[in-house]
Amino acid sequence: MAYVGQLQRKFMDYTKSLYREGIVDEQFTQLHKLQDESNPDFVEEVVTLFFNDSERLLNELTNALEQQNVDFKKVDGYVHQFKGSSSSVGAQRVKDLCIAFRTLCELENKEACLRCLQQVKLEYASFQTKLESLFKLEKQIAEAHGTVPTLD
Amino acid sequence: MSTAGLVSRRDCSHQLHVLAVDDSVVDRKFVERLLKISSCKVTAVESGIRALQFLGLDGEKKETAGFDGLKVNLIMTDYSMPGMNGFELLKKIKESSTLKEIPVVIMSSENILTRVDRCLEEGAEEFIVKPVKLSDVKRLKNILTKGDKGQNEEDPLLSLPLSSHDLASSSTSSSSPFKFLDHRSKRPRLQG
Repeated sequence: MAYVGQLQRKFMDYTKSLYREGIVDEQFTQLHKLQDESNPDFVEEVVTLFFNDSERLLNELTNALEQQNVDFKKVDGYVHQFKGSSSSVGAQRVKDLCIAFRTLCELENKEACLRCLQQVKLEYASFQTKLESLFKLEKQIAEAHGTVPTLD
Repeated sequence: MSTAGLVSRRDCSHQLHVLAVDDSVVDRKFVERLLKISSCKVTAVESGIRALQFLGLDGEKKETAGFDGLKVNLIMTDYSMPGMNGFELLKKIKESSTLKEIPVVIMSSENILTRVDRCLEEGAEEFIVKPVKLSDVKRLKNILTKGDKGQNEEDPLLSLPLSSHDLASSSTSSSSPFKFLDHRSKRPRLQG
C-alpha cells in the first residue's frame, strides 16, 4: 500500500476506535459536517477552544474543591459548564462523567467529588491525547497531498 | 401589520442576521459556524448585557425608535448564563417597544418542562435542547423567510392540535411569523 494509503487506513481505524470506545459520539460527526473547503480547520479550531476552556475549568474545580468550606453551588456551576462544552464537541465520556459529577455536587459529598474530579481529569487527558493524535494524522495526510477520509 | 424583524419576501436575497448569545466560547464558535454555513449573518456575544448593548437597549441611553442600522432578524440565546440569564434577556426584549417583534429562541442543555413552559409563556418562539443541530437552524430559517405563510408541512410541531382560535387568527395581522402556533400547546422537544 502506498504511504498515503497507509496513513488513510490508520486514520480510519483510529477514528472508528474512538467511536467504538465511546470517546466521541454523534456530535463529533456533526462537527465534521460543519467543516468544508472554506473552513477546513473548523473541527480542530473548536476542539482547541475546548482544550483551553477545559484547562481553565479543571483549575477552577481543583481550587474550589480544595477549600475548607466547599461552595458546592460554585463547583456545580463549573461542572455544568464543562458538561456543556464537552457535549458540544462530542466528548462523550467526559460529558457522562460530568453528569455523574453534578449528582455528587447535589449530595454535597466532598470526598466523592474529589474522586470524580480525578476521573474527569484522566478522561479529559485521554480525550486530549487521542484527538491530538487524530489531528496529527490528518496533517500527515494533508502534507503528503492525500485526502483525509470523511466520517460517514 | 408591522414588519419590524420580518424579512419580507422581496428581500429574500438579503441574509438573515442572527444575534447569538452564549457565555460558552465553545458553543459560540459552534453556533456561529452552524449559522454561517446556513448562510446567515451572525453576531455572537457572550452575555445578555452585551446583547442588549448591541440591540441599542443600554438602559442608560434612550431607546431609539427605528433602530435600523444593525437589524437583527432572530435572537438565539443560551438559557444558563452568569449575570443575566436567557429568560431575563427574553423578558427585557419583549418589554421593549422597539425589540419585542424580534423572534427569540432559547437554547439549553437541560430539557426541564417548567423552564420550557416559562420561556414559551414569556414569548420565546421555541426552546431548543443543545447541542443545536443543522436541522434546527434550517427549520428556523424556513419559518423566518416564509413569513406568516410559513406552514411547513414537514414540521412535526404543526401536527399538534391547534385551537380553533389560532386557525382563525393565523391569517390575520400578526407581525410574528411564528404566531400560527399556540405557544401553550407546544411540547418541549425531547432529545432523541
